[in-house]
Amino acid sequence: MIERTPILNAVTYFIMFLGLLLILGPFWMIFAASTQSLAQVNTVPFNFVPGADFLHNLQAAWQRANLGPALFNSLVTSLLVMSGKVIVAALSAFAIVYFRSPLRHVFFWMVFLTLMLPLEVRVIPTYNIAADVFAPVRWLIQTLTGIELSLQWNLLNSYSGLVLPLIATATGTFLYRQFYMTLPDELAEAAKMDGARPLRFFIDILLPLSRTNMLALATIMFVYAWNQYLWPKLMTTEADYQTAMVAMRTLVPNINSLPEWNISMAGALIIMLPPLIVVAVLQRWFVRGLVSTEK
Amino acid sequence: MNKRTVFKSWWLPIAFALPQLLLIFFFFYWPATSVLTWAFSLEPAFGGVGERLFVGWDNFREVFADTEYWRSVSLSLFFAFSATALSMFIAFVLAICVDRQLKGSGLFRFFYIWPYAIAAPAVGLAFRFIFAPESGLIAVVNTWSPDLWNPAKFGSHAMILVIVCFAWKWIGYNFIFMTAGLQSIPRSLIEASAMDGSGPVRRALDLQIPLLAPTLFFLLVLNLTESFVGPDTYGIVDLTTEGGPNKSTDVMVYRIVSEAFRGLNYSGAAAQSLVLIALIMLFTFIQFRYVERRVHYK
Repeated sequence: MIERTPILNAVTYFIMFLGLLLILGPFWMIFAASTQSLAQVNTVPFNFVPGADFLHNLQAAWQRANLGPALFNSLVTSLLVMSGKVIVAALSAFAIVYFRSPLRHVFFWMVFLTLMLPLEVRVIPTYNIAADVFAPVRWLIQTLTGIELSLQWNLLNSYSGLVLPLIATATGTFLYRQFYMTLPDELAEAAKMDGARPLRFFIDILLPLSRTNMLALATIMFVYAWNQYLWPKLMTTEADYQTAMVAMRTLVPNINSLPEWNISMAGALIIMLPPLIVVAVLQRWFVRGLVSTEK
Repeated sequence: MNKRTVFKSWWLPIAFALPQLLLIFFFFYWPATSVLTWAFSLEPAFGGVGERLFVGWDNFREVFADTEYWRSVSLSLFFAFSATALSMFIAFVLAICVDRQLKGSGLFRFFYIWPYAIAAPAVGLAFRFIFAPESGLIAVVNTWSPDLWNPAKFGSHAMILVIVCFAWKWIGYNFIFMTAGLQSIPRSLIEASAMDGSGPVRRALDLQIPLLAPTLFFLLVLNLTESFVGPDTYGIVDLTTEGGPNKSTDVMVYRIVSEAFRGLNYSGAAAQSLVLIALIMLFTFIQFRYVERRVHYK
């Protein structure tokens, strides 16, 4: 603060409070609704005071959306996407930055292009390849040698199917690339002088140095993976592999009777809690990850 | 930019890049090329075996001749621009306020980021309740006069609902980038201009906004692309309106997916995807043209 501006300060606080209402209002409504009984939640105007039915609603939502296995699936998928991304991106950025291979630029642009097409616009062919991963391999072998193979690998309704297509983007690679670029050349030079080979340099020097970047990337990838909706919805036809986000669909109340919004909101609250905790508790890392992957 | 010191090996970089290469080959390049082949050919009927029939631009002609398609395009455009404008405006006002660094503004910043953590379907479900015609926050207007607000019945109300959902969710994201952008403006500049007698409002208008322009532009492009083709749009529409009532929120992403999986019209969906891809490339191209010019600000 540079000068004294009492009126403007008051206006600023006023706007910031309005903003807080706008942001936290929906959160409070979700919470309040999830604690009320069916009759309470359907009173108009809405009663902002929490009721006493919280546990009952949580239980009902848990059963209706089958949240036990769904949350477990979401957790496994998110953790796999997170660690897969952190590892794959670190490896490929190392290949791009610390080697001068003629294929480097081709590889760089191939990775870069993946930023262009979000999963949504290529979701149908991605679905097809997930149903039959070795289709391109079969096609390649057939055109090259004329032999028809019966190699099959179906990813639909499996963790690999939920995870692999989500790792196949460039987000993290660029985060690591930027970071490796900021490291002084002398580091690699000294390591080489001491006789470290590339693998040793990568494991003993680069990885420990990029710990903060890994944490930042991990937080955003966890939230990203947990919040995936379209892809898991399309590819899981069996209830066993349904993720929590897909289970959200079953919480939409039936409009023919009195809508059970209290149960819907209780379910929504459970499902949206894990990423919210990550963002709230690890906010520093999350913000850093977000800002540095996009630029 | 290149490293001066590099390691020598022909196979190590390939080995390191291999996982990423395999992943993007199988789950990006192969699907992306099949979109191309589908868009220009027809699937044999009833999933039968046989060669795909090359039909040239026929799929596109069919798509473009459909008035429903153009309606969907204009709905998407309207949705994208309104949601972007609303979200960026609110985030900008909040970011400017927080950046004044009054006492306690850290707490506000802490909460303003929250919406970004909430998945689009969850936002959709929550706002479906908040904006429900018979219960929730807005239902009270229907007690004054019936059907003053009913997104299940009126297309325009449904559109407002999805716009509000998207805008609310993206406030968090826009806010993060705007505060980061504002923080990178040198403090000395602000102080110098204060010494010259400018007040906080004048400084915001003449100093912070121009210096924030690159960030704002980046966010503009990103918000437009995300609302046009992003996963959030699909999730929100699917949980609030399902494209209705009477297809009044049937935006392009939603239409493509429902056409492919419910209508089983792969070729038509692929042609529509290609149009979207072309649009994204246009957006990205504009962004990159601009990023080069951004150097001026540094």
